[in-house]
Amino acid sequence: MSDVIKTSNLDPTFRQEVFEEPGAEKITLCFNCTGCTSGCPMAEQEPEYNIRKFLRMANLGMKDELLNSPYIWYCTTCYKCQERCPQGVQNVDALLKIRTIAVHEGIMLGPHKMVGQIVVKLGHAVPINDDTKEKRKKLGLDEVPPTVHRFPDALDEVKKLMHIVGFDKIVAEEAEK
Amino acid sequence: MTKLSFFLGCIAPNRYPGIEASTKKTLNKLGIELEDLEGASCCPAPGVFRSFDKNTWLALASRNITLSEAMGDDILTVCNGCFGSLTDANNVLKEDAELKAEVNKILAQIGKEFKGTQDVRHIVEYLYQEVGPEKIKEAVTNPLDLRVAVHYGCHMVKPSKERHLGSVEKPTFFDELVEATGATSVDYEDKMACCGAGGGARTAVIDTTLKLVDKKLDNMEAANVDCVVDACPFCHLQFDVGQTEIKKKFEKVHGMPVLHYSQLLGLAMGFTPEELGIDQNFVENSKFIERIRGGAK
Repeated sequence: MSDVIKTSNLDPTFRQEVFEEPGAEKITLCFNCTGCTSGCPMAEQEPEYNIRKFLRMANLGMKDELLNSPYIWYCTTCYKCQERCPQGVQNVDALLKIRTIAVHEGIMLGPHKMVGQIVVKLGHAVPINDDTKEKRKKLGLDEVPPTVHRFPDALDEVKKLMHIVGFDKIVAEEAEK
Repeated sequence: MTKLSFFLGCIAPNRYPGIEASTKKTLNKLGIELEDLEGASCCPAPGVFRSFDKNTWLALASRNITLSEAMGDDILTVCNGCFGSLTDANNVLKEDAELKAEVNKILAQIGKEFKGTQDVRHIVEYLYQEVGPEKIKEAVTNPLDLRVAVHYGCHMVKPSKERHLGSVEKPTFFDELVEATGATSVDYEDKMACCGAGGGARTAVIDTTLKLVDKKLDNMEAANVDCVVDACPFCHLQFDVGQTEIKKKFEKVHGMPVLHYSQLLGLAMGFTPEELGIDQNFVENSKFIERIRGGAK
């Protein structure tokens, strides 16, 4: 709990990177009222998940420790903290920015990478399966929905877009940390 | 007849097609024509893809929006996640000319252009603001005698800086729509709490997210409700499939019927549970269905 924070381990440029997200810079105005964490439904179940601490770490420049914390992936983005913050800190937006920085440093959870790969391949995060095809038929709907699932040209467009922005590389196996 | 382009997303068409069927049936009765947004993809899921890479999020979301622009119709979503992802992308691209130009450079490579001519709507806020509870009451043929736990979910109303739908701590518009069907919206503890699914959390740490939904189900049961009514297929999945997972992992049985608002409205309009896909839930709900048939109306 009370480990010494060594300034030699801090990255003074990190917070500027996080502050690129509008409202993240308001972290500097936080006076520790704990409105964010005391109302957080995830913190209630997993005390290690502490968004106030994470944003404070970002402000201090504790880049490596923060980006490698497994708990930055626990936020459900319910926005309760962001709505309640009396200082207008955009907590969730800031945390999403921290995640983005992590991903671009090659830090990503396996299950997230898998969902990414499914979207790259099929254009849906949750694709159709045989059970749902049956259910659709019973409802009088076409077995395959009129999405990228039914239109190969549309799927090609999506694949092309994800190649242009480099998302296919971000979630590729070799990028695994 | 008002026309909207129907954005299906992933979970509705690919796991809970009853929501897709119910939306078409009920909106048709209200004089709203839905045209499928053909060739649409994942919105993309905001908690995951927006977390990972902003350009990926904007490229996929803007492509989906251009499909509706080509049809000249606003987009109708039936999912809080799709609504949030597409609304945020639409707003940011409409407001930031520089970003719009960047995204259009990418879209040009697939022959598309984001113009910023259409709006993104969510079925619940749309029905409330454009149709209204009174008109919905008039369309009800089988008023429902049900005690309902309303679950707003998070991204329909939050972040409020983007949604502008009033109070995020104690909203009432969804409750009013539920009560328009004859049902009673029952207050319960931590009603606005998250189901736990969003932000990529269900994918990353499912067991912890199940604790969130388990607590919500406990609170709903303590209020003695007949079912939960949600506005989002992902919340729907977390409540429904989540109960089967809670049973397996925590050895705890809830047995809570889970309905999307379109399905509740469908029942009140006289459609059968089978026509609305309510019998296709993963949690066994035959008693609830029997009760509807026997006249919970």
